[in-house]
Amino acid sequence: MNKNKTMPAAAHTENSTDTALLDVKDLKTYFLTDAGIVKAVDGVSFTLHEGETLGLVGESGSGKSVTNLSIMRLIPSPPGKIVGGEIVFEGQDILKLPEKELRKIRGNKVSMIFQDPMTSLNPFLKISTQMVETIMLHNKDVSKKEALERSIEMLKLVGIPSAEKRIFSYPHQFSGGMRQRVMIAMALSCNAKVLIADEPTTALDVTIQAQILELIKDLSVKLKTAVIIITHDLGVVAGMCDKVCVMYAGRIVEKADTDDLYASPSHPYTEGLIMSVPRMDVAHKNDRLFSIEGQPPNVIDLPPCCPFHPRCHKDMEVCRHAYPPTVGVGSGHEVSCWLYVDEAQRNLALEKALADEQHAAADAVQTNARKEAAK
Amino acid sequence: MTKYIIRRLLGIIPTLFIIVTLSFFIVRIAPGGPFDGERALPEVVKRNIEAKYHLDEPVIQQYGRYLFDVLRGDLGPSYKYKDHDVNYFIAASLPNSIVLGLISMMLALVFGISAGVIAAVKQNTWVDYTAMALAIVGISIPLFVISPIMQYVFAMKLKWFPTSGWFTSGGGWRSVVLPAIALSFSYFADVARLTRSSMLETLRSDYIRTAKAKGMRNSTIIFKHTMKGAMLPIVSYLGPAFAGILTGSVVVEQVFRVPGLGKFFVQSSFNRDYTLIIGVVIVYSVILVIMNFIVDIVYAQLDPRITYK
Ligand SMILES: Nc1ncnc2c1ncn2[C@@H]1O[C@H](COP(=O)(O)OP(=O)(O)OP(=O)(O)O)[C@@H](O)[C@H]1O
Ligand code: SF4
Ligand SMILES: [Mg+2]
Repeated sequence: MNKNKTMPAAAHTENSTDTALLDVKDLKTYFLTDAGIVKAVDGVSFTLHEGETLGLVGESGSGKSVTNLSIMRLIPSPPGKIVGGEIVFEGQDILKLPEKELRKIRGNKVSMIFQDPMTSLNPFLKISTQMVETIMLHNKDVSKKEALERSIEMLKLVGIPSAEKRIFSYPHQFSGGMRQRVMIAMALSCNAKVLIADEPTTALDVTIQAQILELIKDLSVKLKTAVIIITHDLGVVAGMCDKVCVMYAGRIVEKADTDDLYASPSHPYTEGLIMSVPRMDVAHKNDRLFSIEGQPPNVIDLPPCCPFHPRCHKDMEVCRHAYPPTVGVGSGHEVSCWLYVDEAQRNLALEKALADEQHAAADAVQTNARKEAAK
Repeated sequence: MTKYIIRRLLGIIPTLFIIVTLSFFIVRIAPGGPFDGERALPEVVKRNIEAKYHLDEPVIQQYGRYLFDVLRGDLGPSYKYKDHDVNYFIAASLPNSIVLGLISMMLALVFGISAGVIAAVKQNTWVDYTAMALAIVGISIPLFVISPIMQYVFAMKLKWFPTSGWFTSGGGWRSVVLPAIALSFSYFADVARLTRSSMLETLRSDYIRTAKAKGMRNSTIIFKHTMKGAMLPIVSYLGPAFAGILTGSVVVEQVFRVPGLGKFFVQSSFNRDYTLIIGVVIVYSVILVIMNFIVDIVYAQLDPRITYK
């Protein structure tokens, strides 16, 4: 998708109305595992307006899927738990809804395309059954025949050849790419207000990929569906999204309008991401791409620090001792990085962090001593 | 499909041949013979009897003769009960064992699957713990303990059911209840545990997450999306379990005096009644093979990913 890099972002929708359709506030989703507490999502906030397309990018394990599963309240529990925050959809906090109300939202107002197409369809039921039930569930006045016709139509739309016949197949008779398209058709069949697409095109080849994305884009314009697209592919973001959130180690490190993000990436991680996308219009020194060295951190028991500091070329003393605050660097453009905090405040923060660490160390020594004494 | 069935049926022939051969020789390896009683028979008498049953011939010749008889459907004379042949005993007792086995299996399935599903859905609640505790009890209490206890409590004390007998010998349907329940206990326990773990595993799968994401009711998710996949291990379990329930009914048949096949299985071994032993073994094997065959067909019906080739 390299060529897309220089494409203009999708036309901005002007509906920056004050009330967002979806407002995620300080969401925290943890997994309690034997190894410790996995803070998969740790204080994520973003808003989504009608018709808007939001891109969620970040490395594997940064918490993109968990964020969206939390919105659907589909976190497997145990071991997962949403420990804090609010997810306000149409004025209601999804996290506080009873099961029955939740069901009216799932698949009806918010629908989701899952990341793994191979396992996300029921292998024991025909595609037709699975699609028809989806449509009929939320449209009580639709007959079975109508639902079937609608399903076939949707399958044609996502490019399944001879859909009238193939709809009666079982999932295992479809390839991975075809299954992904079935998933997409199923998610699109309900005209939801929010469509969450978790890497919707990973299993597809490039031409189909472009078609599907085009389809999602059309839909968001025509039906004013708001879309959250999760992807590793910055080309997809550039081609489709109005806004982007960059995630790193369970937090959003940078949030901006797509144009802004490409024009002035602020977080060193975002810079790295953008530089690692091959560009046709820029000659590469030694023909090699920039890549971000190192591994993403383990999100178990992260100490207070900027989780990116071991890989950051601009890291400072303070980065190793305190998590950076979120600061605005332009309209609607926010970043969590110490570089954008003025020096006086940085020093203050460092002093405080060091003092805290000393206190903690002293406390630890004391408790240990007490334990020893108790023995 | 038809091709597959024919191929499977043809595959049964060598299996049965091996079973007949093995059991024929194994019973003869064991020390002692059918006519070695407490009191030694006079040499002449013994030789006469052996000649009558061709036991004086070389073993290979006996084996050939026996194979030939079996092919014609004749399992031979009993060496112990001289009035009847093996076919007679089997025809008289097998249907009783099968009826008892089928009823027990139905009980085990209906209650086991229900308990397993409920336990899985209510995982880690008192419902789950109760059901699983019951299952442990079912597995760990042996039949020779539970059967007399049931007989004592429900037949002798409460007099709800007859202490023994069978519906073919005038006992009525009540006579079936206690032995069937006793026999079903450990199978109920197996089915419940198997169902529970299989349900739990399926409920964790991605496609169930998809069903939830569609906004489906829990009950629909369980009955429409989870059960079919979760029942596959139960189906595979059924084949061997049914064969087991037939051979395992010996104790129950003894306690409740059910005129079943189990009695002959035990007695024939004590009596070195060669033909009866092999006959019973063949019958059990045929049932096992047929059950496995049915299970495979049912399995393939349930799981669309399996194709008959
Ligand atoms: N069921 C679970 N149990 C324990 N940890 C989990 C579970 N699900 C997710 N996690 C952890 O949460 C973190 C975030 O996972 P998530 O699936 O959101 O990543 P992602 O950004 O979607 O990555 P990818 O691009 O690979 O899909 C990971 O560290 C992962 O190990
Ligand atoms: S906070 Fe420090 S370590 Fe983290 S990205 Fe900014 S400069 Fe780099
Ligand atoms: Mg993911």
